[in-house]
Amino acid sequence: MTTAAAGTGLKPATMAQALGRALRDAMADDPSVHVLGEDVGTLGGVFRVTDGLSKEFGEDRCTDTPLAEAGILGTAVGMAMYGLRPVVEMQFDAFAYPAFEQLISHVSRMRNRTRGAMPMPLTVRVPYGGGIGGVEHHSDSSEAYYLATPGLTVVAPATVADAYGLLRAAIASDDPVIFLEPKRLYWSKAPWDPERPDAVPGIGRAVVRRPGTSATLITYGPSLPVCMEAAEAAVAEGWDLEVVDLRSLVPFDEETVCASVRRTGRAVVVHESAGFGGPGGEIAARIGERCFHHLEAPVLRVAGFDIPYPPPMLEKHHLPGVDRVLDAVARLQWESQWTSPEPGAAAHQTADAYESGAR
Amino acid sequence: MTVLEQPGSYRHIPPPAWQPRTDPAPLLPDAEPYRVLGTEAAAASDPELLKRLYGELVRGRRYNTQATALTRQGRLAVYPSSTGQEACQVAAALVLEERDWLFPSYRDTLAAVARGLDPVEALTLLRGDWHTGYDPHEHRVAPLCTPLATQLPHAVGLAHAARLKGDDVVALALVGDGGTSEGDFHEALNFAAVWRAPVVFFVQNNGFAISVPLAKQTAAPSLAHKAVGYGMPGRLVDGNDAAAVHQVLDEAVRRARAGGGPTLVEAVTYRIEAHTNADDATRYRSDAEVEAWRAHDPIVLLERELTARKLLDEQGIQAAQEAAERMAADLRERMNQDPVLDPMELFTHVYAEQTAQLREQAAQLRAELAAAQELPGERDGSPQEGRQR
Repeated sequence: MTTAAAGTGLKPATMAQALGRALRDAMADDPSVHVLGEDVGTLGGVFRVTDGLSKEFGEDRCTDTPLAEAGILGTAVGMAMYGLRPVVEMQFDAFAYPAFEQLISHVSRMRNRTRGAMPMPLTVRVPYGGGIGGVEHHSDSSEAYYLATPGLTVVAPATVADAYGLLRAAIASDDPVIFLEPKRLYWSKAPWDPERPDAVPGIGRAVVRRPGTSATLITYGPSLPVCMEAAEAAVAEGWDLEVVDLRSLVPFDEETVCASVRRTGRAVVVHESAGFGGPGGEIAARIGERCFHHLEAPVLRVAGFDIPYPPPMLEKHHLPGVDRVLDAVARLQWESQWTSPEPGAAAHQTADAYESGAR
Repeated sequence: MTVLEQPGSYRHIPPPAWQPRTDPAPLLPDAEPYRVLGTEAAAASDPELLKRLYGELVRGRRYNTQATALTRQGRLAVYPSSTGQEACQVAAALVLEERDWLFPSYRDTLAAVARGLDPVEALTLLRGDWHTGYDPHEHRVAPLCTPLATQLPHAVGLAHAARLKGDDVVALALVGDGGTSEGDFHEALNFAAVWRAPVVFFVQNNGFAISVPLAKQTAAPSLAHKAVGYGMPGRLVDGNDAAAVHQVLDEAVRRARAGGGPTLVEAVTYRIEAHTNADDATRYRSDAEVEAWRAHDPIVLLERELTARKLLDEQGIQAAQEAAERMAADLRERMNQDPVLDPMELFTHVYAEQTAQLREQAAQLRAELAAAQELPGERDGSPQEGRQR
């Protein structure tokens, strides 16, 4: 860390600024850290996260590449083979797809196929998720693709402090990290001291953002503020909700999640990406396997619909919001007594989480 | 000033970017593949180099026939033979310095062996006991790459990184004619040219991508011509003429080393064997075509040159064959030993540090292995009885 100017202290900072600072500090600390991507140099990135890096470190350290994502990631693999620590920017979630072959066939398994001789210490930054009014291909929640690929670490910060700490940890990691940056939180502000950033306990530790006793909301990335707001609103309904921020999907912090669910006995997983085949299914299954006798109700999911990401004027209907989260909480069988499902029985409607069972 | 204010004058000068940026003429490949053996150029070639190439070709051919035989005996899961392409394989290895890097595909184990890799380690992927059987840093040979052309951007990135670090390192990447249709081929060449990375792209055009002939792969005048679109020189060479391949690759490596940027080299050769042992080449090509290429065999071409110039005699030929036999006998003997496998290694290299989930799964497999050890019924082939215990 550079010399702390006396008296700076906490100031409002955006997540984008914290991310930029993390890149800058990583580059200053380690000459093997190289940033590459589309528009990351002169422009400073379309979200300005890399602003000033090419000026400070030169274009060899922060490089505007040709417009080709497979080429960006593929050359980053070669750079990592030679001992560099590349940080790649994929401009938008959906623009990362051309790089999937490199990611899946090489990045994720290079360590394994070479028996550890050739690790891949590279970071892929992916601005992801919706809620920014983006047109088609600018709002995907693509995490399910990544977490289905063994060998990748998948991180999604939700706060300004975590954005800095987790990105530093990602760059320092000797494994490839998919770093999912929630686009709609880029401009979220929090008091933060760039000279004394909060310590983050490394990648793979979830955190309880709000302690509670009634039920657990499990979430990450852009859905954290939604869950925090829902938890506050739930107080009026008499529910004291605990909110767990996963921070990383891989490694998955089963310990923190299960400890919380065992305390509360109820859980809702909240994320933007599609419910079917999404992270929520995996998390719900794990809770079911490990906390069955502590559960008062089935684990529910509040997720994006199973539809291609909607056009911006309709996205508000798709994104999980406070009301949808509270609706799910309301369905957590507060009667606590399970009634055997009999078709047509009125009691069944309230007892079962989903009458259709479709999701 | 508008057009209307300039009656009679409609001349418009486009902005400078409209003009072509470089003259494409110096980048164009020759119309015919460059040849040395049997031409006047042969006289200028180094006799010691030719003799060395010959020994390597004979050894390489024997390596190919031995690996094919091992596949028939069930010792290799699959072997994509480079029989007929030995001149390309050997030359690619010989033009590089020790500090340089080779990026092979699955058909290029011979190039890796010619570079110094232990043949048993080179064949690990194809035997199936692991994916990459060697430490890539040891001989600076990247892992054998199966998804076609995806190793090309790696070569560019590595060469670029070396240059940024101030190291004198050239990367030579091998790809086939089919691989040139892949997007990664295009992206790698483009990045390399933009970055002036010290890379040589070496296309072995062996006529077929499994069954698909070149005519269905590209409409380009030649694969070497593709270089021009990226702003790098393309070279066309007879891939069965070891002296010519060596010379052209050597020039490209020197050019890269001197900071001249990348080169695309297309070697016209022929895949004498089927794609792999699982392929039936008679379904898509004639015996007559194969025979014509057998007559243009890289070993025959070089042997003819060397004997004509009295650089090789019967004794020399025999000595080369004996050396090759020794290599084959050693390979045979070592490949006939069952590899010792540790199933627990499946979990060892996925991450630097195992996740909790992987630790759990490793424990599960360990328990299964222990149970199988304890149950004699399993080994007798009567698992039901064993499970009842």
